[in-house]
Amino acid sequence: MGYNMTFDVESGDFATAGQASRKIKKKLQDLGISSKIIRRIAIAGYEGEMNLAIHSDGGQILLDAEPGVITLRLEDTGPGIGNVDLAMTEGWSTASDSVREMGFGAGMGLPNMRNNADGFEITSRPGVGTKIKMTFDL
Amino acid sequence: MKLSQVQQLLDAKILTGQEYIDESVDEACGCDLMSDVLRYAKENGVLLTGLVNIQVLNTADMANMHSIVFVRNKQPTSQILDMADDIGMLVMQTSLPMFQACGILYQNGLRGAKPKEDPNGL
Repeated sequence: MGYNMTFDVESGDFATAGQASRKIKKKLQDLGISSKIIRRIAIAGYEGEMNLAIHSDGGQILLDAEPGVITLRLEDTGPGIGNVDLAMTEGWSTASDSVREMGFGAGMGLPNMRNNADGFEITSRPGVGTKIKMTFDL
Repeated sequence: MKLSQVQQLLDAKILTGQEYIDESVDEACGCDLMSDVLRYAKENGVLLTGLVNIQVLNTADMANMHSIVFVRNKQPTSQILDMADDIGMLVMQTSLPMFQACGILYQNGLRGAKPKEDPNGL
């Protein structure tokens, strides 16, 4: 297989947020991956994309499709997460009221990403940025 | 249950996706919190919501749900309907409020996701 794509996600752009995830879903369908696995990748990727739009100063989603495994990397340029353990707790969120009115910001994003991925790693440095790596076994 | 039954039971108006009206629906999710939809909803379900924005459509699409019912006559924009058309999703609108719409579907046999089920749906 062997395929990779990179998508930019702009901070605060909720009109276009979701487009990268849709393109990723479409590409994985073209690659003939099973719909159950695509659904998990799409949900985890979309939660990540929304997180980039909601919380970050802007970032990227990198898709890497290889035989046996799909990898999604989310990388942003800040502001970083002060307490990653707290951020991974269901129900904990720093999202604004306007984000909540859109149906997000319930503190479910990161836990939902971890639940849908087979492998999940997060590193973050305040003032530098956050990196998340998710793997999905095929 | 077929989507055509959902439409009849809710006396709903089809806004786009008439061609999918004969598809089966396995379960329903009545929710305005998209994070919960992504966490609990299953494939081939119908999403009932009073929230109207483009992320409702993205959420349903990523969760492989094939239809949305906007309750309380909430009116999606033409941009949302065009996108639903591109994706291939049935969008309906009912005058019923959320509680009544969900109650009618439940009474007629449609069920929802169990909160503690494996979110991976495996």
